[in-house]
Amino acid sequence: MTLVIQGGHLIDPANNVDGKKDLFIDDGGFVAGVGKAPPGFKAKKTIDARGRIVCPGLVDLRARLREPGLEYKATIESEVHAAVAAGITTLCCPPDTLPVIDTPAMAQMLQSRAWRFGLAFIHPLGALTQRLEGKLLADMEALDEAGCVGFTNALSPVTDTLVMRRALEYAATLDLTVFLHAEDPWLRNGGCVHEGEVGTRLGLPGIPEAAETVGVARDLALIEQTGCRAHFCGLSSARAAAMVAQAQKKGLPVSADTTAHHLHLTEHDIGDFNTQCHVRPPLRGKHDREGLRKSLKTGAISAICSDHQPHEPDAKLAPFARSEPGISALETLLPLTLRLVDEKLLTLPEAIALLTHKPAGIIGVETGQLGIGATADICIFDPEIRWTLTGDKLVSRGHNTPFLGQTFRGKVTHTLVGGKLVYEGSKT
Amino acid sequence: MNQGLQFDDAGRLRHLLTIEGLSRQTILEILDTAESFISVGEREIKKIPLLRGKTVVNLFFESSTRTRTTFEIAAKRLSADVINLNVGASSTSKGETLLDTIRNLEAMHTDLFVVRHAESGAAHLIARHVPPHVRIINAGDGRHAHPTQGLLDMFTIRRHKGAFGKLKVAIVGDILHSRVARSQIQALKALGVAELRVVAPKTLLPVAVEKLGVRPCTRMEEGLDGVDVVMMLRLQRERMQGAHIPSEHEYFNLYGLTPAKLALAAKDAIVMHPGPMNRGLEIDSAVADGPQSVILPQVTYGIAVRMAVMALIMGGTPAIREPATRDPASRKPAERKKHQ
Repeated sequence: MTLVIQGGHLIDPANNVDGKKDLFIDDGGFVAGVGKAPPGFKAKKTIDARGRIVCPGLVDLRARLREPGLEYKATIESEVHAAVAAGITTLCCPPDTLPVIDTPAMAQMLQSRAWRFGLAFIHPLGALTQRLEGKLLADMEALDEAGCVGFTNALSPVTDTLVMRRALEYAATLDLTVFLHAEDPWLRNGGCVHEGEVGTRLGLPGIPEAAETVGVARDLALIEQTGCRAHFCGLSSARAAAMVAQAQKKGLPVSADTTAHHLHLTEHDIGDFNTQCHVRPPLRGKHDREGLRKSLKTGAISAICSDHQPHEPDAKLAPFARSEPGISALETLLPLTLRLVDEKLLTLPEAIALLTHKPAGIIGVETGQLGIGATADICIFDPEIRWTLTGDKLVSRGHNTPFLGQTFRGKVTHTLVGGKLVYEGSKT
Repeated sequence: MNQGLQFDDAGRLRHLLTIEGLSRQTILEILDTAESFISVGEREIKKIPLLRGKTVVNLFFESSTRTRTTFEIAAKRLSADVINLNVGASSTSKGETLLDTIRNLEAMHTDLFVVRHAESGAAHLIARHVPPHVRIINAGDGRHAHPTQGLLDMFTIRRHKGAFGKLKVAIVGDILHSRVARSQIQALKALGVAELRVVAPKTLLPVAVEKLGVRPCTRMEEGLDGVDVVMMLRLQRERMQGAHIPSEHEYFNLYGLTPAKLALAAKDAIVMHPGPMNRGLEIDSAVADGPQSVILPQVTYGIAVRMAVMALIMGGTPAIREPATRDPASRKPAERKKHQ
């Protein structure tokens, strides 16, 4: 169906668009005109976007949908609904499902299940090693053919450095991107919080910042040796971000992301054992949070992701170290990023770039931009709506978030995927 | 920080989960109340009816005969009905969650749970999920807190050294893994000691320990110099497997409290230990059994302090205070003066 999004403020950082422009979408679901209707264009539907921001649909580099294997936490169906309600139109799913995504059949099954709902695009990340055991390489070529956009061992460490070297070499052979969760497992040593003031006060085993920097150092040495293209996932420390920046200056093919919650929370938010703040990597100190924020400005970190991990309530009803790490974070991704604009860290186009074409570039998909001919994945939000996050407002099945009760500015009103309106929220 | 959870709307102590957040006044109130209970243990009939009809459950997810026994004696001296449950060996091993265990026991109309658990924060979790009439005492959670041990240590110090304001105190041993140390530090800070040092090799000192308001020392010579109180900690032997220390021999040489090292402290310094002691690892028998040791009195005082905590959180304060109000002179006026 042909469609015009009228009167909105279009921000498309990939194409340097930042102004009031109408957007015209053809009946194939592609952008047919920006600011000016193509000849003979007749819109069958109009979306009134006056007072709203129109931008590319958000691209989230890391979201667990819990299916297959952990459907009691969430399902693809529940979470893609949550994604589009949050303006997210493309999601990358790590392979740590049950079973693991280490075969083409698993990768295809995930995508076909997701596509049944016709909502957000799902791109699986394939396992770097079979069953994520860190011993034998997964069939990367076959997984790539089956639609995997990158390869990772997720949070399971590849402890054998030689296996890691081989994995990076093999990925480089096939020109594939490897996604790395850099953490030295020996230094992590079963910790559950940042090794710092709060962990000391609460008597919780700490994960030193050095666990991340040692992991990054090892992986950077291997990247330099192998020439593999690599992406560091969820950096939590200032020093690791600085190391990645230095590697980029040297010309290594590396990128990095951090999570929206690491940009706002610190270890002090754990308070009295607030298990909603139990995340991995852990929330670190203020110095690290500021370092991560600075890296957004310098470009060393080029994506903000949700690292969405929905849980059933019981997962958090345990002593802190025994509770399961992770935040249900799809629906706070955009609001928390907009908070960085309110805090004058980023301009609005910079913030949108970190959620759209920059992460899209990391996974090598042609989305996150609204040039003529692009797929019409679109997020429309009202930047002035103030709203409070409550459990009943969350679309995700996971209500595990430390942001419940907080007020945010900016709310998604419409989401389009492939030109189809898949979400229409409250207009007030 | 713990004010909301530990206190009721009227500001009365509802649970005892940690010493952090307790005011000097509250700590002194507990110590004063304990003082009034010391004599109960010396009577022929060692019972008062303060908790008659109440049910106290000692819920130990981690075994500890000594602590459990002192809580049991304390509750029985207050006339409560006491049930001891070693949960580690039953429900949780069958897959039941911590909160399910609590809910089941709660359904049996328990009034007070004394909880020990291997995980830091377990007592907080339970306290958040019990109904308002149920009380929780943390009897040790992971590395986090052991508040009644901290309080009985304060009681012991006050009995032997009087006021806290001029005291120099050293805590020696495995600070990193010690819930006792954290509670001692918080209590001593709240009571305003002049100087507080922690002494251990760097492998057994937590990162940012100085943020707790202590001076970290890695040598006994520096740590014990002129202190009035030496508080030894127990060292778990498995720390050697974790590469925290190289050997028992080397640890004892460097950090074991011997008469020679104790001579670095003030002449009238007292030596404390939460027990059970590893003689020849953290403490020499000559010190443990020597004239400066107050280790056995600590055990005796532990019962009175636990009685005081139970009485206070169960709302028994007026009854406890009564004898003191009637006859303040009977409560060691000299000591009373010291800690005003």
